[in-house]
Amino acid sequence: MDVRAQISMVFHLDKCIGCHTCSIACKNIWTDRKGAEYMWWNNVETKPGTGYPSKWEEQDIYKGGWEKSGDGIKLKGAGKGKGLLNIFHNPHLPLIDDYYEPFTYKYLDLIESGDMDDQPTARPVSLITGRPIDIKMGPNWDDDLSGTPDYARHDPNLGNLSAAEQEAMFQLERMAFFYLPRICNHCLNPACVASCPSGALYKRGEDGIVLINQSVCRAWRMCVTACPYKKTYYNWNTGKSEKCILCYPRIEAGFAPACMHSCVGRIRYLGVILYDADQIHTVASSEEHHLVQAQLSLLLDPDDPVVIKHAQKNGIPDSTIKAAQDSPTYKFVKKWGLALPLHPEFRTLPMLFYVPPLLPVMANLKESTQKVEQQKNLDPISKVWSDNWLYDTSTEELWGTIEQARFPLKYMANLFSAGDEELVKDKLKKLMAVRLYRRWKTVGDVSQEKANKALAEVGYTGKLANQIYYLTSLAKFDDRFVIPASHREQAIEMLDFAGDAKGSTGFGFKDATAERGL
Amino acid sequence: MNMLDSFLFVALPYLALVIFAIGCIYRYRQSGFTVSSFSSQFLEGRKLFWGSVPFHWGIVVVFFGHLLAFMFPKTQLLWNSQPIRLIILEVTAFTFGVLVLVGLVGLIVRRLSQARIRVVTSPADIFIEFLLLAQVILGCWSALGYRWGSSWFAADLSPYLWSIFKFNPEIGAVQAMPWVIKLHIVGAFLIILLVPFTRLIHFLMVPLHYVWRPYQVVIWYWDRKKVRRAETVWTVTRPRNN
Repeated sequence: MDVRAQISMVFHLDKCIGCHTCSIACKNIWTDRKGAEYMWWNNVETKPGTGYPSKWEEQDIYKGGWEKSGDGIKLKGAGKGKGLLNIFHNPHLPLIDDYYEPFTYKYLDLIESGDMDDQPTARPVSLITGRPIDIKMGPNWDDDLSGTPDYARHDPNLGNLSAAEQEAMFQLERMAFFYLPRICNHCLNPACVASCPSGALYKRGEDGIVLINQSVCRAWRMCVTACPYKKTYYNWNTGKSEKCILCYPRIEAGFAPACMHSCVGRIRYLGVILYDADQIHTVASSEEHHLVQAQLSLLLDPDDPVVIKHAQKNGIPDSTIKAAQDSPTYKFVKKWGLALPLHPEFRTLPMLFYVPPLLPVMANLKESTQKVEQQKNLDPISKVWSDNWLYDTSTEELWGTIEQARFPLKYMANLFSAGDEELVKDKLKKLMAVRLYRRWKTVGDVSQEKANKALAEVGYTGKLANQIYYLTSLAKFDDRFVIPASHREQAIEMLDFAGDAKGSTGFGFKDATAERGL
Repeated sequence: MNMLDSFLFVALPYLALVIFAIGCIYRYRQSGFTVSSFSSQFLEGRKLFWGSVPFHWGIVVVFFGHLLAFMFPKTQLLWNSQPIRLIILEVTAFTFGVLVLVGLVGLIVRRLSQARIRVVTSPADIFIEFLLLAQVILGCWSALGYRWGSSWFAADLSPYLWSIFKFNPEIGAVQAMPWVIKLHIVGAFLIILLVPFTRLIHFLMVPLHYVWRPYQVVIWYWDRKKVRRAETVWTVTRPRNN
């Protein structure tokens, strides 16, 4: 058993309001530089939607991640053979237009304009060429289902849904969506690291953060192809690839990553998880229907004396072990079984986990019958709002709302469990059970018997439900961010002269700053 | 031996080789961040294919052709002793030479015509592309006009190059060459001289070690076993990656 520590994050999707504050915090700190304008190390996508870069989940186009090959796995679009043969021209590289051409506006024209018959305008100009452009695409172009016929309808996750199911999802008054915040997954089996011909990418042993050594990167750009989440980006100005660094300078100094720290909905949890590195290859090579369970089996119980003994033998500090025992992410992922990895079928063993959203699922029942009654008294075009179906708790069958969800489980399963609907259903039932339990406690329109029955069916107790409720709804910052006290002797800042990187946030040439269209 | 000849075929080669060696090591150590192939595929992909692929594969073959004939001239002459083998070699080499030419013209056209690519173009890029173009044209010209290059290169120029590396330069054979070939030789040393100052340095970074390394790379800042013991924290050696 080779016990290692990994800093992992959990996103509680029910709490995400899609405000993009995390993206802005990240952009302001790390990617507000020439060549990096188009990069969003943290972005928030509307699902269903095509995402960023467009259709990134469609690996028939981008060839990201690993695929099964005999008993083992191989990289889909890179690797020792393909990577070196395609080094002069990488056929699967996403280009700038697959993301969007970064732009700004000539604001100064508004101020400096002389007397004219017409209003002056601020024309958009490209941040690459500086020339005026017609904006074709931008960050979050398909936010909140805008442009559904062009974007949401082409979501790769709709692939195996029947035409009728897809149609039902996009009927005007039944439409549902949720937000999916994404950063680098800091995978246990990272495809980007494996694809780098220079060996510039590496995983930090101490905390599992995946980084690109900017001095070793030679712009062979295989990592951009290999990452199935498209979370490594090519800086066209410096000729180096860059990616989310999980704000390691902040983590080393005891601060939360900027995206997490700025999260308005407090949806993010950051903690240490211990795992068994010996099993990584076996787990990544397991059968598709077994992938999620296999990945979860990799995560070790930090209270198990055997695990602790092996961890100590491996040089993991006691403070890290303690942090793993208090880890909110371990609770969500393993103890309570509430969170799932994003697209486990890419076989990179991502270490970000998502609590699937319940809200779009619940809004369903009684819709039809009540509406008819109400609509008789209303103008035909007026919108019908009936409060009692939004949070229906009165249904006789416990899980009726999930079974008849207007948001197909199959879609969620394509995102979070490699197509296993039962797995997603299990998480949703657990979320629902806690909700019913709290409903009995605080509102009282659900009977105690029913609440307990719901808990029992998912294997929870009242005490556990209260703990989940606490960490979900009331948790303070220190409950959500549990990272061991910084080991200064291990911190990279202590080994490097920080002055070297001053003014460049560690990236790019020191003298080059972003040119704005002024 | 006149002054110009001794400058071009004695002084320039030594100057070029010294600057190449010291310059590359200095640049790699002092500003590793600037060592990159500066791929522009991200900004324009389709036209790059028709330029970059023929250019690179062509120049790989042509480069190793020159290198082998320089290092093993006797083997080269032995191979060429039968006409059919000579013809096969010459035709192959010339084909790849033309591939380089075609690819390079494609790359130059792309670099000058695409607004996005112009943004990531430095004056040095343009200079080096036209220098390479001149070099390739001269090379193809001597292959066509002065046959059979693979034989006379091995017989006359290989000894000259060896004499440079033996610190006993003999330029008699070079002096007798036509000016096309003389220019080709001068161009070669100019290119070598410019490597540390341009993006050409990326050819030294061929990532062949990728073939032998395991796929996953994990780096520890400190020795994991020692770091737990307080008394050794500050005495263990610096971590491997720094």
